[in-house]
Amino acid sequence: MVPTHYYVILSAILFGLGVVAFIFKRNIITIFMSIELMLNAVNLAFVAFSQVWHRLDGQVFVLFVIVVAAAEAAVGLGIIIMITRNRQTLNVERVDLLKL
Amino acid sequence: MHAPLIIFFVLAAMCIVGALSLIIQRHPIHSALSLIVVMVALAGLYLLMGAEFVAAVQIIVYGGAIMVLFVFVIMLLNAGLEERTNLSKLAGFAGIPLAVALTGLLAAAVARSEDAVQAATQTGATAPTKALANLLFQDFVYPFELTSFLILVAILGAIVLAAPRGES
Repeated sequence: MVPTHYYVILSAILFGLGVVAFIFKRNIITIFMSIELMLNAVNLAFVAFSQVWHRLDGQVFVLFVIVVAAAEAAVGLGIIIMITRNRQTLNVERVDLLKL
Repeated sequence: MHAPLIIFFVLAAMCIVGALSLIIQRHPIHSALSLIVVMVALAGLYLLMGAEFVAAVQIIVYGGAIMVLFVFVIMLLNAGLEERTNLSKLAGFAGIPLAVALTGLLAAAVARSEDAVQAATQTGATAPTKALANLLFQDFVYPFELTSFLILVAILGAIVLAAPRGES
């Protein structure tokens, strides 16, 4: 058996790396991917705690998180396509006007 | 050191290297491929914890559907190398230490709270998929139906957003 706090610490590390990527990256698609990384880190903690408590609610929550992430990816990528069509750039620092 | 621990460390190293590579790579397609490595390694960790169904969903939905969508959009938009812009002074100095501090605080807080949980730990039956299905379709049936509605709304939203503007 792997101790549960190993999983939890790995989850925290992944979440921290997701935050770093979210802050440091300039490409809007990569920023979006770092959000997915953070969601994955949280899922890992959910499954680890569900294993500790021997309750499956945590795994059900993981399924819901995955569904919401899928919906978010569909809408978010639609927004990214719109932004790129209007601004001809993927760099978030060049998307700084409310109105063209 | 017994086998599950070795497998855990290999998969954890894959996760962390993949996440670091996501940050370091400057081409979005390389970042996307790194993220796929992280997701596959996470699926392996779920299998190690005995959550087979979640592992399968992770591979199929995350590794399959969502990441294919990402790669598709990257290629559709013909995304090139990320431009380097000068970070603000404050971010350059304080960014990395603050990120490390955040990670440490999170890890310490959650791992310490787990001490109280440890009392409940015993090696017991792992999560069978049947029990998960019972829970999902009995106790959580209304949230489950709501998610299907959410997916429908998201599909409509994506079509409205990304569809080409008709006459203009």
